Amino acid sequence: MDTALLLLADSRLPAGGHAHSGGLEPAAAAGAVTGVADLAGFLRGRLATCGLVAAALAAAACAHAREHGARWDLLDAEADARTPSPAQRRASRAQGRALLRVVRGAWPHPALAALGGDPHHPVVLGVAVAAAGGGPDRAAAITAYGSVTGPASAAVRLLGLDPLAVHRALADLAAEVDEVAARATTAAAGGWAELPAASAPMLDLFAEFHLQADLRLFES
Amino acid sequence: MSPPAAGGTGYRARAAVTAERDATGRTRLTGLRSDGPLALRETPEGVYLVGAAAGPLGGDDLALDLTVGAGARLAVRSAAAMIALPGRGGGSRFAVRAAVGADGRLDFAPEPTVAAAGCDHRSVAEISLARGAVLRWREELVLGRHGEVAGRHVARLDVTVEDRPLLRHELRLDDPAIHGGRAVLGGATAVGGVLLAGPGLHTEPFAGAGLAVLPLAGPGVLVTALAATADELRRKLSYGESLASG
Repeated sequence: MDTALLLLADSRLPAGGHAHSGGLEPAAAAGAVTGVADLAGFLRGRLATCGLVAAALAAAACAHAREHGARWDLLDAEADARTPSPAQRRASRAQGRALLRVVRGAWPHPALAALGGDPHHPVVLGVAVAAAGGGPDRAAAITAYGSVTGPASAAVRLLGLDPLAVHRALADLAAEVDEVAARATTAAAGGWAELPAASAPMLDLFAEFHLQADLRLFES
Repeated sequence: MSPPAAGGTGYRARAAVTAERDATGRTRLTGLRSDGPLALRETPEGVYLVGAAAGPLGGDDLALDLTVGAGARLAVRSAAAMIALPGRGGGSRFAVRAAVGADGRLDFAPEPTVAAAGCDHRSVAEISLARGAVLRWREELVLGRHGEVAGRHVARLDVTVEDRPLLRHELRLDDPAIHGGRAVLGGATAVGGVLLAGPGLHTEPFAGAGLAVLPLAGPGVLVTALAATADELRRKLSYGESLASG
């Protein structure tokens, strides 16, 4: 993979990803995730739902940027329609804004200006991959990967889990991450209306609960 | 209707309801077509799906088309739960397509679907709303009859308002390694939602035990609930609806 794409996948990218737990913090607060086994199930569920949807949106955005498309408002609406939780929409746009700042500086691309000031994270990531020379398959792979690595590292910090055990769980998921990325890439070659829309009711609940919590380490 | 073939491929049924507003402003059912297991009855409370056969069974391919004209009103109910069962014909499918004209109103609230052991059922709903149209759309799913482990159930709901996407929502319960974890169902055995769309909804989010009221980006609110039983699910959804209706 190109170094530019590795930079986009790197958690050290200064795009604020460390401030979001992907629902892991409220799940931990509710006692739903206490150890590595629960975490593995949580990550698998997140990957197959939010992860797949985000990866498909990123792949679609990447393809659209490469084709010099201009229907960004419609892709934004397709992302909104797949994100019923207002807390999750806010978190996606907050991460999108932060990533947009990084990408505008590092990988200028005409599509970035067309995204507006408040884009969804996977859409920005897809355009960023196009700007960095990658295709929809790479955009899907980076997005699917990030959908599990973010909550996994949050779990290490929040629950004091053994980082080696958590990384073994991630390694066990690697083939599933690849499979989700491949499905997302295939889906993004079709119409936007038919893109995956897999939902996770518990994640929606956790996202909304999180805003009510008195003490929060992560924004989402 | 095509009755089950000798090879056990199941029913193929196409039913339809058309509601239109007449010159006096009253809604008339100008079309009511039952087909096979999709038996429809007009009542004062709305059109009832009365279920002329058990099922759907594996291999059944059922479709219901609902057309609500401008300014017309249609309520759809069912007399009993739909029980998705396995069959020799592979997976079963129930597709509902609805089009609601300007200022029309569709209230679709059938009894729950029960995903029985061994089923492989796919539910699809595609709804298009014109300007000012009002929708109430309830889907309830119970995983398994008493004490049994449910088969595979996948449900997708796509709703557009004036051709813009409002909600695209799929619940895939076809791999216990995924939906059995903490992120998707959290151990619930009944799951469901009510989508309210149209003008004048209360747009304050709410989250309680097993219940969330989610104002959408577009003109709608999704009430989503997780529960242990069908009754508990209905209570939660009803409460969530009361919050969203303002």
